Amino acid sequence: MMSRLAIIVCWVLAIGLALFLLLPLVVIVAASFSPTPVFDLPLSGASLRWYGRIGRLDGFWPSLFLSLQIAVLSTALSLVAGTLAAIAIARGRLPGATALGTLLVSPLMMPGLVLGIALLQYFRMIGFTATWSALLVAHLVVTLPYVARTMIAGLSRFDFTLIEAARTLGCTYAGSVMRVMVPALAPSFLIAGLFSLLASFDNYPVSIFLTDVRSKTLPIRMLQYIEEAPDPTLAALSTLILAGTLVLLLISDRLVGLHRMAGTAD
Amino acid sequence: MTDAVLSAPIVKPAPDRERLAAFGFVAPSLLIIALVFVLPLALLLGVSVLDPKGGVTSAHYVRLLGTPYYLGVIWNSLRLGLLTTLIAFLVSYPAAFALARARGPLRSILLATLFLPLAASVIVKAFAWTILLRSDGLINAVLIAVGIIEDPIRMIFTQTALIVGAVNIFLPFMALPIYAVVAQLDGRYAEAAATLGASPLVVFFRVILPLTLPGIIAGVALVFSLSVSAYVVPTLLVGEKYPTLATTIAKAYLLAREPGFGAAAGVVLLAIAVIVVALSATLSREPK
Repeated sequence: MMSRLAIIVCWVLAIGLALFLLLPLVVIVAASFSPTPVFDLPLSGASLRWYGRIGRLDGFWPSLFLSLQIAVLSTALSLVAGTLAAIAIARGRLPGATALGTLLVSPLMMPGLVLGIALLQYFRMIGFTATWSALLVAHLVVTLPYVARTMIAGLSRFDFTLIEAARTLGCTYAGSVMRVMVPALAPSFLIAGLFSLLASFDNYPVSIFLTDVRSKTLPIRMLQYIEEAPDPTLAALSTLILAGTLVLLLISDRLVGLHRMAGTAD
Repeated sequence: MTDAVLSAPIVKPAPDRERLAAFGFVAPSLLIIALVFVLPLALLLGVSVLDPKGGVTSAHYVRLLGTPYYLGVIWNSLRLGLLTTLIAFLVSYPAAFALARARGPLRSILLATLFLPLAASVIVKAFAWTILLRSDGLINAVLIAVGIIEDPIRMIFTQTALIVGAVNIFLPFMALPIYAVVAQLDGRYAEAAATLGASPLVVFFRVILPLTLPGIIAGVALVFSLSVSAYVVPTLLVGEKYPTLATTIAKAYLLAREPGFGAAAGVVLLAIAVIVVALSATLSREPK
C-alpha cells in the first residue's frame, strides 16, 4: 500500500512529533527540580524546595479551589445537557438537526477573547455581577461544545436498534440503555469529560474579563506570577498536574483504551 | 441516510411525542448557547458601531481597516494562523499513518504524547518555550555543542519563536482528528485501487486523501481558529513586537478603555473564525 520510503518518513515524523510535543513538558518537569531560582539546564543538582512552596504561592489555594469548582461544575452540567442534546441530534427526528449540532459546537472555534469581552459587556448590561456565577455560566460555553462534539460523533456511530434488540430479548428499557448504550458510549463520555475539565481548568481568554481582584482563576494567577516573579514553583505545580493527568490517562487506557478515545476525539 | 432507517424503532411511537421529547432533550443546551453565546455576540456587534454619545458610527471600523498599522495587525493574526496550521498539517498527516500502524504499548505511548500536552497549561508550555529559546537556553546550548553555530542566536521574542511555540501548543488539535480518520481507513480500498492498476500517487490522491478529508478539515478548522485568535502564546513569546488582533482587543479593554474599538477588533476576529467554520462545514458536507 505504501512504499518503504514513505513508511520511513511517516515513522520519523511520528517520533519527531512525539518528542517535539514532549519537549516543553520535559523542561517543566526538569525545572521543577531545579536547586536554584533560575532555570539552568542541565541542572546542577536536584531539589524539592519548589514543591514545598506551591501551597504558599500568593492566593494559590483560593484560585485552585475556584478553578476546580468551576471546572467540575461546568463539566458536569455540560455532560448532562450536551449528552441529551447529542442523543436528540443523533437520532435525527429533529428538524435541522445538523445545523443545531453545528451551532452547539461552534463556540469551540470562536475566539475565546472575543467571547470574553462580549460576556463582560452583556453581564454588565443585564446587571449580572456575581463573579462566581458569571464564571460558571461563561465556562458552560467553554465546556458544552467539547461535550456536544464528542458525544454527537460517538452517538452517530451508535446503532439505536441495539436497544430495541435488547428489549426484544427481554431487557427492560432502562436495563438495555444501561447495558448496551452506556458501555458503547463510555469512551466518548470519558473523553468529553476529560477535555471539558481541562478546557475549563486551563481557560484564560474567557475568564480574564470576568474575574475580579478577590476571585482569580488559577491560569490568571499563573500568568500574573510568570510576569511578576517567575521561579520554578509554577513548574512544580504543573508537574503535579501533569502527573495527575498521566494517572487519569493510564486509568482511561485500562478502562476503554486510548485508541478508542482518540477515535472519538474528532 | 441509512442511519435513520437503521435507528427506526420496530414499533413506531407517535411522531409528535417523539419530536417533542427530542426538543426537550435539546432545549437546555440550546438555551445556554442562545443566552450565553449568541446574545452576547450580537450585543458586541452593537457596541462596535456605537459612539460614546450613543449614536451610530463606523469610526471604529474605519480606524481598524483604514490604518496601515491595524491592517498589519490583522495580517499578523492571519499569518500566525496560516503558518501554524500549514506546519501542523504537514507534520501531523504523515505521522498519523505511522501512528495508525503502531500496535500495543508503542501505540499507547504515542497516543499519550498527543493527549498529555493538553493537560499542561498553555501558559506553562509557552513559558517552557521561553526557557528553551533563551540565548543561554537549551536549544542554543545544543546547537553550539554540536557545532552548528558558534555564538548563541537570538530566538526568543522573534517570529520563529512564536511559530514554534504555536505549532507545539496547537499540534494535538490537528493530529487527533486526523488520526481518528486514518485509523478507521479501510486498507482494502487502496489495495483494490492498486490491483486495478493505479500508481501509488493516484491511490493517494484519488483514494486515501478523499477518505481522510473529514479529519483534515476538522483539524485545519480547529487549529486555524485557535491559532489566529491565540492570546497567551504571542504575549509570552514575542510580546509587543508582534501585535495581533487578540492582543489589540485585550489592550483596548484592559488598558486603553476603548470598548468600542475593542469590540470592532473582536468582530473582525469573529468574522475570520465564522468564515473558517462556514467553509469547513460546507467542505465536509460535500459528497466524497
